[in-house]
Amino acid sequence: MGTTTASPIFAAERRMAWPRLRFPAWAVSWLQVGPMMLILSVLFALPTFLFLAVSFFDYDRTGIYPAFMLDNYKELLSTPSTWRVYVSSLKFAVIVWAITLGLGFNVAYFLVFHIRNSMLRTVLFLLCAIPFWTSGIIRAIAWVPFLGRNGAFNQILMALGVTQRPLEFLLFSDFAVIVTYVHLFTLLMIGPIANSLSKIDPALIEAARDAGASRWRTMTDVVIPLSKTGIALGSLLVFTQVMGDYFVVKTMSGGQSASIVSMLSTEIQAMQYPPASANAMVLVIFVAIMVALMMRVVDVRKELVK
Amino acid sequence: MDTRFDVELIEVSKRYGATLAVDAISLRIPAASYCCLLGPSGCGKTTTLRMIAGHEAISSGDILIQGQNISELAPVRRGTAMMFQSYALFPHLNCLDNVAFSLKMRGVGKAERHAKAREFLDLVQMADFAQRLPAQLSGGQQQRVALARALIMRPKVLLLDEPLSALDPFLRIKVREELKRLQRELGITFVHVTHSQDEAMALADMMVVMQDGHIRQSGSPREVFEKPVSPFIARFIGSHNVLSGPSGPIAIRADRCRLGVPGEGPFVSGRITAVEYQGAMVRVAMMTDLGPEAAALMPDRDFYADPVGPGDPATLIWAERDAHVMMEA
Repeated sequence: MGTTTASPIFAAERRMAWPRLRFPAWAVSWLQVGPMMLILSVLFALPTFLFLAVSFFDYDRTGIYPAFMLDNYKELLSTPSTWRVYVSSLKFAVIVWAITLGLGFNVAYFLVFHIRNSMLRTVLFLLCAIPFWTSGIIRAIAWVPFLGRNGAFNQILMALGVTQRPLEFLLFSDFAVIVTYVHLFTLLMIGPIANSLSKIDPALIEAARDAGASRWRTMTDVVIPLSKTGIALGSLLVFTQVMGDYFVVKTMSGGQSASIVSMLSTEIQAMQYPPASANAMVLVIFVAIMVALMMRVVDVRKELVK
Repeated sequence: MDTRFDVELIEVSKRYGATLAVDAISLRIPAASYCCLLGPSGCGKTTTLRMIAGHEAISSGDILIQGQNISELAPVRRGTAMMFQSYALFPHLNCLDNVAFSLKMRGVGKAERHAKAREFLDLVQMADFAQRLPAQLSGGQQQRVALARALIMRPKVLLLDEPLSALDPFLRIKVREELKRLQRELGITFVHVTHSQDEAMALADMMVVMQDGHIRQSGSPREVFEKPVSPFIARFIGSHNVLSGPSGPIAIRADRCRLGVPGEGPFVSGRITAVEYQGAMVRVAMMTDLGPEAAALMPDRDFYADPVGPGDPATLIWAERDAHVMMEA
C-alpha cells in the first residue's frame, strides 16, 4: 500500500501513539460532578449555611452580633402577621396550583394527542414558550393597563354594555394576583405534563377504548396515572414559584396582600438581618416539607432519569 | 338474522383526504374461522382491521358482525376485541389488572373481576405472573397477557394486528400453534393481519390477499397457493415461477420444476445465479434467457445426484399439467 492516509488501521495506531491521560474511574466521576458541585456549594449551600448561622445572631439598630439565641424564631413564629402571610401565600399557591394544573393538563393533552401535525405542534409549543423570553416582571406589569379601572378590559365590558361602571376588583386585588400567577406559571405545568403525555403510546388509549372505557375513565384510569410524574413535577415548580414570589403580590395586589418574601425584604431594608435570616430559614423548611410531601405521593426522580 | 358469517364487509372504503386507503372491499368471513389478511405494507390490511374494530371510521360501506350492522357502534359494543401490535398493555397495571381492565370499566366488583382475570391468565398459562408489571415480562409473555385481556371480553370476533411480528422466529412458530389451538377451542372468529405468507398459510382457514386497498384474492390457503389469480399473488405467495405462457402469464410452483434437458414438455433455459441449501430442499435460482427470474425447489437428493453451481447453463422443465394459467395479467 503506497499511501497511508485513509487507512482506519493507521488512524487507530496514530491515536494510540499519543500519550493518553488515564484517570481512575473515581476521578472521572468527580470531574464530571465537580463543576456543578462547586456552583451549588458556593452559590447555594454556603449562603444557606450563612443565613442559618446569622438567624441565631443578636442585633440592634446599629449592628449584628454573633450569638446563639432562638429569639428571632420565637418572635417570628409568635407574630400573628407571619401566620397571616403564610396562610395567604398558601392560599394563593393552592388556588394557582389548581388552576394551572387544570389549564396546563388540558393544553398539554391537546398539544400531544390532538395535534397530529408535528410542525403545527412545534409552532403551538413555541407560542406557549415565546412569552417566556421576556421578563416575568414585564409580563406581570402588562396586566396593569389591561385590568385597570380605565383599562382595556373594563372599556370592552362597558362598550358591550355588560356593566355600567368599571369593575374595581380587576386590578390591585387577589383576583389580579391570581390572574398574573396563572399567566406566568401555566407553562411550568404544560412542559412536564406534555413530556409525560408524549411518552404514552397512543395505542394504550385505543386499548382502553376497546375495553369499553369512556373518555373520562380513560383519563382517570390510564392517562392520569401515566402522567402523574409530570403532574407532580409541574406542581412542584408552580408551588415553589408562588411561595417564593415577591414582585407579583407587591404589584398586582396594590399593597393589599403581603408575601413571605416581601416580609423578608422589609426586614432587610431595615437592616434586621438576623430576623430576615430566620424568616428565610422558616420559608426554606416549609417549602422543603411541602416538596417532601409531594415526593411521597410521586417519586419525581424516576421521571427525571427516564 | 344471518349468522353464517361472523364478519361481512360490504363495499367498505377508507379515504384519507385525497388518498384511498381501502377501496370498496367486500368480504364475508364464515363463522368460527381463522381469517388472515395478508399483503405488503401499505395495502390497507391494518386499516381494514381497525375499521372492523371501530378505531378507524368507515368512509363508506357497512360492516356486519353476525348479521348486525355495527358500522356506527363504539368498539366495545361491536362484539370485537383487539390485540394490538405492540400489545398496548397498560404499563402502570400488573397483569391481573390489565386483564381485568374491561371488567372494571363495566363496573364488575374487584373480587369478581380478579377471579375472572385469573381464569383467563390461566387459559394463556400466565397465572404465575399475575402480579408482574408488563415491563417485567418477555415479549412472548406480554403477548399472552394481551391475548387474555382481549379474550376476557368474550368477543365474537378477535382482531389481531401483526401479533407475531415482535417475537423471535422460534417463538413465532410456537405461538402461532397456540393461537390456532385457542381459536379452535373457543370457536370464535379470529381476524389476523400479517405480512408473512408463511404465517397466513399455517394459520388461515381463509386467506385474504390485499394490494393497494383492494382484495386481490381470497380463499383457503391451498386454493390461493394452487391457483393464484394473478402474477402479483403468485409472486407474493412465493415459491412460484411466473412465466409467460401461450395464453397469458402462467405460474408454476417452484417445487414442481426440475433441472433437466429440453424434452417434449415445456421448458425454459437460462443461467444459474444462486444455489441455496435449505436442508431438505435445495433452491436453485436462475435467470432465464427470456428475462424473468425463475427457481427450482428440489429435494436435496435430486440436486446432489447432479449438482450445478452459479454461472452454469441450465434448463428448467416442468409438466404441462403443473402450469397454472392465470386469469388476470
